Amino acid sequence: MRIAVFVKQVPDPSGAGRLDPATNLLVREGVEVVLDPGDAYGIEAALQLAEASQGEVVVISMGGERALEVVRKAMAMGAGSGLHVFDQRLGGSDALATARVLAAAVSRVAPDLVVAGTESTDGYTGTVPAAVAELLGWPSLTFAKHLELSGGTVRVQRQTPAGHDLVEADLPAVVTVTGGINEPRYPTLKGIMGAKSRPLEQLSIEDLGLDAAGLSPQQRVVAVAPAPQRQAGRVVEDDGSAARLIADYLAELKVI
Amino acid sequence: MSKIWVYAELTNAELAPVSLEVLTGARQLGGDLEAVVLDPAGAGVVETLGEYGAGTVYLGLDPSYREHLAQPAAFVLAGLVEQHHPDLILFGATYDGRDICARLSARLGLTVVANVLDVVPHGNGYAAVSSIFGATQNVTTELLGPSPCALVRAKSFVAAPGSGTGPQVVDVALPPEAPTGARRLESVVTPSSGPKLEEARVVVSGGRGLQAPENFRILEQLAELLNGAVGASRAVVDAGWVPYARQVGQTGKTVKPDVYIACGISGAMQHTVGMKGASHIIAINKDRDAPIFKLSDLGVVGDVLKVVPALISELEARGAQAP
Repeated sequence: MRIAVFVKQVPDPSGAGRLDPATNLLVREGVEVVLDPGDAYGIEAALQLAEASQGEVVVISMGGERALEVVRKAMAMGAGSGLHVFDQRLGGSDALATARVLAAAVSRVAPDLVVAGTESTDGYTGTVPAAVAELLGWPSLTFAKHLELSGGTVRVQRQTPAGHDLVEADLPAVVTVTGGINEPRYPTLKGIMGAKSRPLEQLSIEDLGLDAAGLSPQQRVVAVAPAPQRQAGRVVEDDGSAARLIADYLAELKVI
Repeated sequence: MSKIWVYAELTNAELAPVSLEVLTGARQLGGDLEAVVLDPAGAGVVETLGEYGAGTVYLGLDPSYREHLAQPAAFVLAGLVEQHHPDLILFGATYDGRDICARLSARLGLTVVANVLDVVPHGNGYAAVSSIFGATQNVTTELLGPSPCALVRAKSFVAAPGSGTGPQVVDVALPPEAPTGARRLESVVTPSSGPKLEEARVVVSGGRGLQAPENFRILEQLAELLNGAVGASRAVVDAGWVPYARQVGQTGKTVKPDVYIACGISGAMQHTVGMKGASHIIAINKDRDAPIFKLSDLGVVGDVLKVVPALISELEARGAQAP
């Protein structure tokens, strides 16, 4: 069983994001960058499935030079090898171009299963995994809060607005996992050391057999403006009378 | 005349609220508005689609659209797009809408913008207004290429019927070569009482400040007294304290209640994007510097585990009763 997992390096979500005023692209230089917190669940899910089947996990990432760090981190958590698609011409790619690149990377790895987070914590588009599945002609099982393999079948509990659906598909398939599906492990010192000797390939657009001309984004940011912000209201320290104050406010709003 | 399509979804044999919202928003763009419905119960919503402005409804009723995730719907939709060349395709940002949009995009090479709050005419085409960085910035993105797709966030428009009547119905068949893909075996509904989170006039939400999952009980009590619904931040949903269906924020639900009471929620952008549209916000948090106090109309610096029980007693003393 070979399982590929998508990871992405994103600006630290706890910091304030910034756009480059010249390009209107997300600033990724000179800011703290981290493994997308949603991806840690995908890595853990892939590792658990691989451990249960004597399989292997291959990390795939597309990103700038520093994205190598998150591939290494996933390998330090236990993935056996890594593939980093790094090409300056991919800066500012839209979700469709990203999906085309990742689909080409998946074809090269030829896994039985691809695991990804539901969406990235910087772009939040959330269409890339299903788009990759479509390009490969594979089923996609998105928003999994529980995931299991049996034989050549993957079965998930997929979030719905009212609860969940039980969904299954034949392998190969793409699964996206929600936060909280598991408790992601931390890399151990042994893991970090061991990862250094495992294979990590860096590939360009051409290495993947793609044509850069077909990857240019079909969208362009034309304006950025601050969203209308709320005004801060009154803030009081609770000295025992806060409950009364809130109740008065609720009465004023005619909620009680 | 430009042609705008809305992919309309059904929930329990009725049009999903977000689909009605998107139709209402699309109507304001002018042009020919057309809807695509791929659902075995679709025949029952044709009239409503007409009222909301759809002049034409492409209607597919094959059970496969329910039995399988995204793949048959995306396949048929792609065929329709290639045949009719809409200038813009709008989807509600639902679980299924997102998957179908993603697959359509990949199949035909169409661009997608997500988190869309509004669509505006731009040059000869359209631009999408979306929010980024936890809704602190609004970005206008010009949509290029054929039939661009936009995933519209819930509650971006207020649904209102127009004056349309009986749309033209075009029956759509599912070709035998259509893929099936993932199979939906069973739908499990998590029982819940009280008003729905998205519809409640009052929402009481909890975060890490509650310290332990069992402490959510006090929020349920408070919500019952106010005939409200209980929400939660991503942190506590990820921690498994409350089900995902309760999550408010970027990856959860968007709510616009009359009153939102944030209990022990710091106000990370991931959360505030889903609730900043509330008419009135009350925040209770220990940390005086928590960003939630920048949004709240009334902020209380204090321990939720003290303030909320005291508030429950106060409301009961004033005669509030759980239904």
